[in-house]
Amino acid sequence: MTLALQLAIIVGYLVLALAVGLVAYRVADRTAEDFYLASRTFGTVVLLFTTFATLLSAFTFFAGPNVAYQEGPEWVLVMGLMDGIIFAILWYVIGYKQWLLGQTHGYVTLGEMLGDRFGATWFRGLVAGISLVWLFPYVMLQQVGAGTALTALTEGAIPYWAGAGLITAFMILYVVLAGMRGIAWTDTLQGAFMLVITWVALLWLLAVVGGPTSATAALEAEAAQHLALGSDHYTPQWMLSTAITIGFGVAMFPQVNQRFFAAGSRTVLKRSFALWPILCVLLFVPSFLIGAWARGLDVTIPEGGNVLPVVLAEYTPVWFAALVIAGAMAAMMSSSDSMLLSGSSYFTRDLYRPVLEYRSDIHSISARREDFVARVGVVVFATASFLVSLVNPATLFELGDAAFSGFAQLALPVIVALYWRRTTRAGMTAGILASQAFYLASLFTATVPSAYAGWTAGIVGMGLGLVVTVGVSLVTTPAADEQRALYFDGLRAD
Amino acid sequence: MRHLQLVGWLAVAVVLCALAIPWFLWGDARTVAGISLWLWWHIGWMGLASVVFWLFSRYAWGLGIEPDGTAPSADTSSTDGTDTGGDQP
Repeated sequence: MTLALQLAIIVGYLVLALAVGLVAYRVADRTAEDFYLASRTFGTVVLLFTTFATLLSAFTFFAGPNVAYQEGPEWVLVMGLMDGIIFAILWYVIGYKQWLLGQTHGYVTLGEMLGDRFGATWFRGLVAGISLVWLFPYVMLQQVGAGTALTALTEGAIPYWAGAGLITAFMILYVVLAGMRGIAWTDTLQGAFMLVITWVALLWLLAVVGGPTSATAALEAEAAQHLALGSDHYTPQWMLSTAITIGFGVAMFPQVNQRFFAAGSRTVLKRSFALWPILCVLLFVPSFLIGAWARGLDVTIPEGGNVLPVVLAEYTPVWFAALVIAGAMAAMMSSSDSMLLSGSSYFTRDLYRPVLEYRSDIHSISARREDFVARVGVVVFATASFLVSLVNPATLFELGDAAFSGFAQLALPVIVALYWRRTTRAGMTAGILASQAFYLASLFTATVPSAYAGWTAGIVGMGLGLVVTVGVSLVTTPAADEQRALYFDGLRAD
Repeated sequence: MRHLQLVGWLAVAVVLCALAIPWFLWGDARTVAGISLWLWWHIGWMGLASVVFWLFSRYAWGLGIEPDGTAPSADTSSTDGTDTGGDQP
């Protein structure tokens, strides 16, 4: 009975999302710009929530509260700094400039924008290729999150492979149909839903345990060290490294970066920019407080299990716990569908099309063919990451953190290119390759350490990328086909 | 003038980042109304950040990016307002 109820809520939710996607499909133009960017028409609410919902992954609902439970809630400060402040500033520094350039030159992807400035198709492919390398594990992370959530909710009645497989199949269907407009609409619904459901969960929990004061007293009795700011786990270096790498990484994530092109007007960008920190507080604080307070409550968390579902199962009715799991799946899906769409746009426009044009001497591929390849790309990408997720046992957190830091390595060279005319193609190539090589080596080899006096390899790699980009640019001359004034002259809003 | 404005806003951005984590409350376990004092700081600081961002978007939007002043559609023709000093191609 309860299992049936839970499944009904989840299936009902998926059907609703699909219905929104179908409506979007019906109103869409059949052009690449519409499929990928909804023809650059987003208003404030849709842009804000689609970016927000895209950013939030299974992490906010599962790994986040888990960390708060085990180590204390200081993560919320890291989230506030990285998403509420650093990302908001990048929203202006990278986002507004990208938006202006997109309006002027019609760019759809980051690689396209950089390839045009630096006069090389291969450079465009390099940026897209590196992005796809990091995007893949992150999509996998979302599938792991959804599969685990369904298994936990149904107490094993739906095995992991079936849960993750179901979600993957649904998302393929959905993304192929809906495109960016449908994704943004469902993101808006999902974002609002997550916000409401998290607050209701927190208030419900507090009502049962007798308010924040008694919840904190219980936490103090169980783990008093969680109340004080800082610990062996949360050192200043670690908190800053994490906030900076993830904050910059977010801005380079294809599905977030591409949204910089999709705003309808400059007013939309301004309003979203100012509302950003508020939205972060509203979602992160309740989510982390639930995880932190759970430590003082009388619940037992199974080894490797997630805190949130266990707490809700204990303190709230079955239907509500199922709603929250649906909220978590919404978070996971709203990230993954956007990632699949953006991944496919990087693949089609920056890798596949240039290669085909080069090989076959055709200078334009038919819109129909490009459309087809984009959709096939979605299917291949999602299926491959699902299959890999079946054998990968690494934790959510490690996977996610690696992808964010990997993307963060791109951010400083891109900012340098956007604001410094003397940047050269050689400098960009060297900076990007050096920082990527360094960070990958720190992950996979023992020769490059992963920490430097408490600072992470991610942030050291960012510094390396900056120094190499600027240094090599200073000692090289620009190639003949570089357009050095492209990012500066004639930029004007509206 | 534009240069001064740019430096001023950069300083504001640095302060917003620097105090997002209340370092002066390090190790502090005091609570107010059942919530850690440092968490209240976080909530207040995010609210302040939002107000500062709103002020920026209202009075200084375009700074460092658009070639001329802050007025949205001013029709001046100066094109070298960027402070980065790069040379022409």
